Amino acid sequence: MKKVFVKEEWCLGCHLCEYNCAFANSGLDRMEKLKGKSIYPRIRVESGKDVTYAVSCRHCKDAICVKSCISGALHLENGAVCIDHEKCVGCLTCVLVCPFGAVVPGENGAVQKCELCLKNSCGEPACVSGCPNRAIVYEEG
Amino acid sequence: MKKYLIIGNSTAAIGCIEGIRSADKDGEITVVSKEDRHTYCRPLISYYLEGKTDLERIKYRPDSFYEENGVKVLFGISAEKIDSEKKSVTLDNGSVLPYDELCVAAGSSPFVPPADGFEKVKNKLCFTTLDDALALEKITDKNSRVLIIGAGLIGLKCAEGLFERVKKITVCDLADRVLSTILDKESSVMVEKRLEENGIELVLNDCAVRYEANKAFMKSGKEIEFDVLVTAVGVRPNAKLVSDAGGKCGRAITVDEHMKTSLESVYAAGDCTESVDISDGSTKVMALLPNAYMQGFCAGVNMAGKEQVFDNAIPMNSIGFFGVHIMTAGSRPQESEGAYVCGEKDEDALKKLYIKDNRLVGFILIGKTERAGIYTGMIRNKTDIASVDFERLQKCADLSAFSKQWRKEKLGGVLQ
Repeated sequence: MKKVFVKEEWCLGCHLCEYNCAFANSGLDRMEKLKGKSIYPRIRVESGKDVTYAVSCRHCKDAICVKSCISGALHLENGAVCIDHEKCVGCLTCVLVCPFGAVVPGENGAVQKCELCLKNSCGEPACVSGCPNRAIVYEEG
Repeated sequence: MKKYLIIGNSTAAIGCIEGIRSADKDGEITVVSKEDRHTYCRPLISYYLEGKTDLERIKYRPDSFYEENGVKVLFGISAEKIDSEKKSVTLDNGSVLPYDELCVAAGSSPFVPPADGFEKVKNKLCFTTLDDALALEKITDKNSRVLIIGAGLIGLKCAEGLFERVKKITVCDLADRVLSTILDKESSVMVEKRLEENGIELVLNDCAVRYEANKAFMKSGKEIEFDVLVTAVGVRPNAKLVSDAGGKCGRAITVDEHMKTSLESVYAAGDCTESVDISDGSTKVMALLPNAYMQGFCAGVNMAGKEQVFDNAIPMNSIGFFGVHIMTAGSRPQESEGAYVCGEKDEDALKKLYIKDNRLVGFILIGKTERAGIYTGMIRNKTDIASVDFERLQKCADLSAFSKQWRKEKLGGVLQ
């Protein structure tokens, strides 16, 4: 299955992936409409000493978030970890168990996470296509 | 073709079905379900009262689940006896079901402490099933005064669920604090403050010794009037089926890391079992949904003839009350055991990390719970804190505290 991988040696720390992600999942028609709004990206850029990189869901084969979900909202769709926002009650058990910190509370109480842009109109993950330095790639793995 | 039999129809049973089907697509699976309902999310019954879910969304798996997985479910039927020699289970309708592999996922039952006059109370129930929640919905209204016995997870979630529906809620507990099994005194106080700010009356260090129809007489001499009484002092593992059959039990059914009991071809999973908490090495009942699922899945895989172990269970809880979120995991060792605690606290948030033998073994987070799973992962993986930038992790949970190589493997997809 194709997944999003990050190459930290190429990451500029520009945070563009966060905007591309938030826009792709916002349902808005133009990115400039995000101006002034709180954004809820499903990928996040972290920085430590001399390093920046992006983190998003690893779509673990043995996904502990799915196994731990108390509402049956997190589930697998052809290997991708997806969420049913209608079922999620916002208990945050997935936040408690994800070892990558890749599931986060969303805008309306339910949690959100990377779904590989499979549910929006992007075709391929927006973080990947918009990365100016090819530090985020979409590959088999 | 193997015959699988599962006693129970909740989380561990569903895990078991999915575990079996990951290894055996054809075997015959039969589920014996005491409750006459499609599998539902048991911890969501308080969210149902709160209006955050409904009878459709509360289903743990879609309507098509049993059919798609080739599962026959006997609804409204209880198992009465296991004969592990003959490999059969006797049901309360008199029929006897043979099995090749059996999984006992019988859950737990609420414990109701004896008290004088308890039988005189008309409106009384426990809070562990959807039927309980539906009954509470029916017997409460805007004028109801509710007394909840037990300030643990079940009692407090019940209080939150009922909050908008009733006039007054009183919660009492024998302990000197709320959530005494998962929080220490300092963190309990923060939660108590939030509950009291919302108008929930707390009566701690006290218990009911006698009841009249609408009144509880407390040990302290206090009298509490109520219309509805909810007992939520704790649950007891349903271990009897296995102990009666001669299977080894402690406080609950004893299982190994394959979820096998001491009886041949008999497995057990979920709230009816006890197993090792790897954060402190002790054997305990960890009646939590994630563990129930993972145990059930593991049992299913082994029942189907493949091998899997589940050997990193820890207690863990994520729960919110009136907008403040609490997460806990692992254990809280004392300084006298060679442990130390680090963290930070302000008016609304608290973080306590418990370290022992160079490992993070437990934590309490209140208010700020972002990315807590990074800490949980360290407990479950027994990460040596010398291998990470622990000073940074004390301040915030992020992955830059881990080694470049670790990130390459986990984020970059580079194989070891």
